[in-house]
Amino acid sequence: MSVVTIQRKVLEKNDEIARRNRQRFSQQGTFVINLVSSPGSGKTSVLEKTLEYFEGKVNVAVIEGDVQTDLDAQRIARYHVPVVQIVTNGGCHLEAKLVEDALTNLDVTGVKLLVIENVGNLVCPSNYDLGEAMKVVVASTTEGDDKPLKYPGMFLHASALIINKIDLLPYINCSLDALKGNALKINPALKVFEMSCTTKAGVPEWCRWLEQHFSG
Amino acid sequence: MHELSIAQNILDIVRESVPPKELPDVRTVKLRLGDLAGVVPDSLEFSFTVLTADTPLRNAKLHFDHIPFMVTCNACGKNFTNEIGFVLCPSCGSADTKILSGLELQVVEIELEDTKAEAL
Repeated sequence: MSVVTIQRKVLEKNDEIARRNRQRFSQQGTFVINLVSSPGSGKTSVLEKTLEYFEGKVNVAVIEGDVQTDLDAQRIARYHVPVVQIVTNGGCHLEAKLVEDALTNLDVTGVKLLVIENVGNLVCPSNYDLGEAMKVVVASTTEGDDKPLKYPGMFLHASALIINKIDLLPYINCSLDALKGNALKINPALKVFEMSCTTKAGVPEWCRWLEQHFSG
Repeated sequence: MHELSIAQNILDIVRESVPPKELPDVRTVKLRLGDLAGVVPDSLEFSFTVLTADTPLRNAKLHFDHIPFMVTCNACGKNFTNEIGFVLCPSCGSADTKILSGLELQVVEIELEDTKAEAL
């Protein structure tokens, strides 16, 4: 047997493209978040409330990632912001190259905030750097308070956690304290927001915190 | 199921590291795989087999060195492995901790059978 010894990260090609994306965003002064969650936790609703908050004040653009359809891009287009839909045709996550390609159809000049809404999936997207400044994970109360324990990778790599659908707490078996506690055991530095996209509770707190990263 | 994409990345690395005529001699591709890397070994092996079938790399198999999730506490200096993903120190409760290992996803070694030596 002869042996070739190498030390190479399996996803180094993705990481290299992500570095290029990050450099480009930084040069253009665009702050980028990668919004991740399981399907149905309310990523698109959080994004809609965020766009409402910044409407007329901040230039925002959106990259939508979905397995099929451009339904989310249609929802976002109502807010008159530049939006590009990536359809992965079965792919369970976005990769840096898909974002790089999407940027050929999206002019981010003057855009202060770019939101990349990832494919709904709490496993695969955590491995792929897209060039974002931070990952934001959305977990809804209806998913149960044990989600961080079951999917630690996603919570470990995120900078902020939005706990969505808090208006439903009286009707379901979910402890807000347990959900927060579990997430903070995996990532004590997580900034946690409690939100309801129906009542808009927590939306201003989240948006003001987010704004600190790209204003000034 | 992102293992197919990861298997493709592994194949690209092997093809860049081994001359084309030696690809049929590749027997083992050794990976360092952290317990918290978010990769299922069985799915990765399956994907690798599917991608290499009927190619010069059809004799190659994956070998995994599993790397445990290890954390060190900056407050009390103890190292610990915890329930997968937990980083709070079990001794002093501090959140001031650093992950030492468990996130690895690397190709570290490619083993080739020496067919030339046998032919001599």
